[in-house]
Amino acid sequence: MAVSADPVADTRAHLAKTGWTYTFLADPKTDVIRRYDLLHPVEGTAGIARPAELLIDPTGTVRWRDLTDDYRVRARPEAVLEAFDRSLGSRL
Amino acid sequence: MARARNFLPLAGFLVCLFGFLSYFFVFFRFPLTRDVPWVSWLLFAAGLTLLGAGVLRAFRRPDVYRGRVTGPILGVLGLAVVGFFLFLTTVESRRLPVSAGAPKVGEKAPEFVLPDAQGRPVRLSELVAPAGSGGSWVLLIFYRGYW
Repeated sequence: MAVSADPVADTRAHLAKTGWTYTFLADPKTDVIRRYDLLHPVEGTAGIARPAELLIDPTGTVRWRDLTDDYRVRARPEAVLEAFDRSLGSRL
Repeated sequence: MARARNFLPLAGFLVCLFGFLSYFFVFFRFPLTRDVPWVSWLLFAAGLTLLGAGVLRAFRRPDVYRGRVTGPILGVLGLAVVGFFLFLTTVESRRLPVSAGAPKVGEKAPEFVLPDAQGRPVRLSELVAPAGSGGSWVLLIFYRGYW
């Protein structure tokens, strides 16, 4: 599930273009982005989200997260899956 | 006496420019060439080599080759392109907020409701523990957007 500061219409257009099917949420006022302290201020706008990934378990608890220090570099899918496997293992 | 056109500085500059633009239009889309921009670096190395060779031969063999004016100009422009790329991919892309208050491992993810791409409200607490199920995991990704 992905969150950005893009408005609903932009997000819909982007999904139509890419064919991505997982849930994308629109936070144009950046209320939630601010609540998570992930705001990257952009002058003259409400700002955007800095890239971040959080893995949340069924109790709503964060079990893994990645706040990159370079916005070009994001967590790879393998890293997320590995974190998920580790989190599951630690619960057994 | 007609001196030969010195095409190396222009070729070198164009390779540098291609290295710059191709990163943002092509290689940025693939983690393998985005995280470490090695393709761009190789192109810059090739471009600067051509530029250097072109400028050198304009000055060492002025009787044979032209380019003592355009060569250095293109050389400076090529270096500027490479320098700007290095600035963008090392300094600028690391200019990120500290986010000290972001939820840490072991903390509860703050509740929220946001509209999805169809405008339907999505509530985090309903996703992690939908009524009547054992609950599910959620990978929450914040991204910069396509503005």
